[in-house]
Amino acid sequence: MPVAHLSTAARAPRASAGLGPWIAFALILAFLLVFLILPVGTVIYTAFVTDTGALTVGHFGNFFDQLVFRESFFNSLWVALASTFFASVIALPLAYLTVRFEFRGALLIQTLGVLPLIMPPFVGAVALQLIFGRSGSVNLLLNDWFDITIPIMDGLVGVTFVESIHYFPFILLNLVAAMRNIDGAMEESALNLGARGWRLFRRVIFPLAMPGYLAGAALVFVKVFDDLGTPLVMGVTNMLAPQAYLRITSVGVDDPLGYVISVIMIVFSILALWLAARVMKGKDYATLQKGGGALQKRRLSKWEALLAYGWIALVLAVVLAPHAGILLMSLAQVWSFSVLPDSYTLAHYATVFSDARGMMANTLLYCVLAAGLDVVIGTAIAYLILRTRLPARQWLDWLASAALAIPGLVLAIGYLRLFKGVTLPGSDQLVVQTWVLIMLAYAVRRLPYALRSCMAALQQVHVSLEEAAQSVGASRLSTIRRVTVPLMAGGILAGFVTSFITAAVELSATLVLVSTESQAPMSLGIYLYMQSIAGRGPGAALGVLAVLVVGLGTYFSHRFVERSRATVNPSAKA
Amino acid sequence: MNQASLECRHISLSYGATPVLRDVNLKIEPGEFFALLGPSGSGKSTLLRLIAGFNQHQSGELLIDGQDISGVPPHLRGVGMVFQNYALWPHMTVWDNVAFGLVERRESRDAIRRKVGAALELVGLQDYGQRRPGQLSGGQQQRVALARTVVIEPKLLLLDEPLSNLDKQLRVQMREELKNLQRQLGLTTIFVTHDQEEAMTTADRMAVLDQGVLQQVGTAAGLYDEPHNRFVAGFVGTANLLEGQVSALDGDTLVFDAQDLGRLTLPLPAEPPAPGAATLAFRPHQIRIAAEGEPADADRVWLQGRVEAAEFLGEFSRYRVRVGEVALVADQPHYAGGAMFPPGAQVRLGLAPTQLRYLHR
Repeated sequence: MPVAHLSTAARAPRASAGLGPWIAFALILAFLLVFLILPVGTVIYTAFVTDTGALTVGHFGNFFDQLVFRESFFNSLWVALASTFFASVIALPLAYLTVRFEFRGALLIQTLGVLPLIMPPFVGAVALQLIFGRSGSVNLLLNDWFDITIPIMDGLVGVTFVESIHYFPFILLNLVAAMRNIDGAMEESALNLGARGWRLFRRVIFPLAMPGYLAGAALVFVKVFDDLGTPLVMGVTNMLAPQAYLRITSVGVDDPLGYVISVIMIVFSILALWLAARVMKGKDYATLQKGGGALQKRRLSKWEALLAYGWIALVLAVVLAPHAGILLMSLAQVWSFSVLPDSYTLAHYATVFSDARGMMANTLLYCVLAAGLDVVIGTAIAYLILRTRLPARQWLDWLASAALAIPGLVLAIGYLRLFKGVTLPGSDQLVVQTWVLIMLAYAVRRLPYALRSCMAALQQVHVSLEEAAQSVGASRLSTIRRVTVPLMAGGILAGFVTSFITAAVELSATLVLVSTESQAPMSLGIYLYMQSIAGRGPGAALGVLAVLVVGLGTYFSHRFVERSRATVNPSAKA
Repeated sequence: MNQASLECRHISLSYGATPVLRDVNLKIEPGEFFALLGPSGSGKSTLLRLIAGFNQHQSGELLIDGQDISGVPPHLRGVGMVFQNYALWPHMTVWDNVAFGLVERRESRDAIRRKVGAALELVGLQDYGQRRPGQLSGGQQQRVALARTVVIEPKLLLLDEPLSNLDKQLRVQMREELKNLQRQLGLTTIFVTHDQEEAMTTADRMAVLDQGVLQQVGTAAGLYDEPHNRFVAGFVGTANLLEGQVSALDGDTLVFDAQDLGRLTLPLPAEPPAPGAATLAFRPHQIRIAAEGEPADADRVWLQGRVEAAEFLGEFSRYRVRVGEVALVADQPHYAGGAMFPPGAQVRLGLAPTQLRYLHR
């Protein structure tokens, strides 16, 4: 009864909203147009016109005629697919173990799910070189003991290795969430009908968890396909993103091939996300009924436990390797051709604190502004979508979310092209030479995360809480200020932190948009330091700081979300 | 004292192509405790939200004290609403919840302290000001919601299913308290409920809604004794409804041709019904149920039937009795030692002519 009544209330036509929502709508639309749609549009347009402005597909022909580009294209595709595959291989058993079995390793797995994410992959790549590289710790030991080496960090294999380790949590987290939503009765009825063991998993549980798996897998594919930092750091240039970067930085902003590569990257990103959405269309498998239980958990047998802990230990060791590596590197005086550093020092941290303070300040400035902008826009879009009846308000969501499919590199190239020659109002300072575009690129790229967080927060706030405020005399603005936003605070804060920490490690847009060294943020700083052997120590120290910031941020955003859930829904009486 | 009248004139509202309210006309007097009664989907909540300003009617007028308030935003209407889920703000203390509306009105610190204190005392929660809503029981939350609304001295008090979230015992107690509070404040109060008992015991008058149409307005006894149509007869209390035709009216009898039961010859009531299609309505407890061969009361009209099912409910036993093609519901008061008719028993049903109602819709 109450449920039916509430849904009627939600459909009801509302009293006229006034001008405010329209103004907010127009401002957000303008922002997205100028800083997302137009730059990307420019990139696409440029890929299809000749010098004289005539439409052409010749650039694409040109692209596929050259061996290096054909090779780059297939390399990128191969690496993205292989990384998705290996990430699945790592994540699937872990997800199954957490949901299925009663054992203490579950907490470890949860930790596993976050650890890789708090380290930017290009930082991890450097550390992994030292541990798994040709002359890294592991191979030195193997060489000593068995006279063999495993070239796992070389070339494309190396990129795949690094990316799989870094991105498998996307699959793990999505899969666990999906499996937790499966009603235990689904499994019980399958058991009842005679399916068990592996068949039960293959025919019932995995299909039911498929939407979660696909969402995660598509994300991994897109992230790997678009990643610029990792291949660059590992010296692999025969892939799409590095090629685009090299064309734009060495040949120039007018070179059409950079744009062709950008278009290909956008197309594949959209294709992957669209396919995942398409395959799963209308298959919302969240079957957990009210009052129903989750999948039954059981204890592991001795052998199973051994296998499970073995796998977890292996994954944990590999996942922790970059963290350990970067820490050791930041403390090492000399570390080369030896299993562990020869001697230790804190000098690199001193160097970083004296030389790189500007970079830290820059990161703080860009990321606070970008994340602030994100939650303001995110909150506004969430409010417009969930609380007003403006026509086309859904478009804001789609537009903002489209940023997910746009590689940072492409957005940055679009900015350079679109704002070429444009000066700041009231001065002759070129816009492309200021840090404003770096900040805006961060904001646009991270907007989807902040938006999801704000939407979820507002969905938790029952409309009647706002109506109650209006019925005792609060205007719409006053209601938003005194009721809506305070109740959303946890989610908004979590959105802010997510935007902040992911922007802090963004490298691809940064590489293209930073025009002078004084503008460089930490992420670029790490990259630059890592270019020289001497800079590795300070680079690692900076990396450790970044990991700390991101780790703490992740921890606090989890806390915020949990706490706000507790206040908004104390016991959910109604 | 705020005593406002409310009038709905020809109010219609639809969600897209689905009409939700159709030409609703209603006048509520100052100081009245008025119930909107109807099943779910009848439009009663929509009507309440429309008065509060959360829904907008597409045509018609909505007047408070004779002034049309259509289009006035909710916060300027001076209409206080208590929500079904209470909608207490979890991020504020009980005190801050109640003070909220006064702060919006920029009242002085002193006035706020005085009024909030008085409102909390009114609902018996003076010691709970510093608690959070999550720390209160359902009944206490309900009182806070009431205090929060009456503290702003609204012209109208609206209550959306005020008792539906309480357990049964608390509901009866809260019902009393609501009634007392309303008398004490003299506020014109409108509340929505799907529970006829709640409406009948609490409200001065009520309106019955079905499918967006106002069926009947009146007092509890008025609706129960003189329902205007089949829906009201069936929704307010239980009723036996016989479809048929009023044909011959002559002398002091009338003939009713019941579709599934045959011809009934009945005494002509004081206000004779118009000839034509009609529904004959009567209440289960108005029927006398007697065994075969028991002496028959000549004032009643007797029908032969067979018991199909029997339920023992304590105060009375309820029988479903097959008469011709229809099943009638008949109640028999129960006293210790009284035997029940078993299913299959042949019985006679005596209808009291003064209690029969002829419905034309």
